[in-house]
Amino acid sequence: MTYEIKRSTGAINVPRRSFLFNSMNIALSGAAVAMLAGRSGLVSAANRTETQAIDDVRILNTALGAEREAIAAYAVGAESGLLGSAVLKVAVTFQGHHKEHRDVLASTIRKLGGQPTEPPKSYNFPVERLKTQADVLKFAAELERGAVSAYAGAVPLFVNRDLSKAAASILADEAMHWAILRQTLGMDPVPSAFFS
Amino acid sequence: MNILVAALLSATAMAGSLDFNGDPARGETLYPQCMGCHSFERDRTGPRHCGLIGRRAGRVAGFAYSKAMSESGIVWTRETLDKFLSAPTIVVPGTTMGYAGIEAAQDRLDLIAYIELAGDSPAPCESSGESGQP
Repeated sequence: MTYEIKRSTGAINVPRRSFLFNSMNIALSGAAVAMLAGRSGLVSAANRTETQAIDDVRILNTALGAEREAIAAYAVGAESGLLGSAVLKVAVTFQGHHKEHRDVLASTIRKLGGQPTEPPKSYNFPVERLKTQADVLKFAAELERGAVSAYAGAVPLFVNRDLSKAAASILADEAMHWAILRQTLGMDPVPSAFFS
Repeated sequence: MNILVAALLSATAMAGSLDFNGDPARGETLYPQCMGCHSFERDRTGPRHCGLIGRRAGRVAGFAYSKAMSESGIVWTRETLDKFLSAPTIVVPGTTMGYAGIEAAQDRLDLIAYIELAGDSPAPCESSGESGQP
């Protein structure tokens, strides 16, 4: 199976699967068809492919959850009234990036035959800690820093390497967010040569 | 319990208690790696870390765990956490923690020392209702 990242839109072009593997619709998967035909070699190959694709979708869904949380967090910051106009503009721009990440992740999950998980009803952010612009920026920086690690930890796991490439692209964007937030806070924007 | 999980955890038990010399202060500097998905006091993409040590996996009320984690049978101890953090998706296949793992053993020990210390302290865990609760 091949995947292609569409550079103009950031979309990940993936062929729709010939069989769906989500738990609600697995009855006539490729593995099942091969099993019915008595072709055991194909069964194991199909099972392996199917399992790998499910693993990829699971990772994408975890990333989707984190992107949704980031969008909600930036909304809290933007609506807090604590951000100056220049900083607010940057925050809204970053939130827009996370929305783009969310959309491409969700569409990729669907293209792979998976189902995007439902967002939580609420996020229970520690809003009581957000009393100044710096508090909001620190909170956002923490989320972005964590996201960099989360993507760095996910990149090696994708079975399909084009998904790794796409995740690395998102990682780079979120690392830039983190650096700019730190710079705005008067901190060293890039405190280390390596991150994990 | 997943067969691989059982094998890994029983191997740990047979080896006896690991020599845990984790440095929580250094672990605190590593904890931001976890903060893409976790915090101590609240559930996020991953469950809260307050009260983690001693807790049975998949048992934070209201958190939507994977079936794999809910049925893993793991109780989080220093040893089980060390194994899990080395390669989450291998130790618990099907976990939603899509993270390759922390390769350096000392990093894991330091991180676990910090999670154990901070995860059982009044701040920030008082509001989570999880401090010291398995």
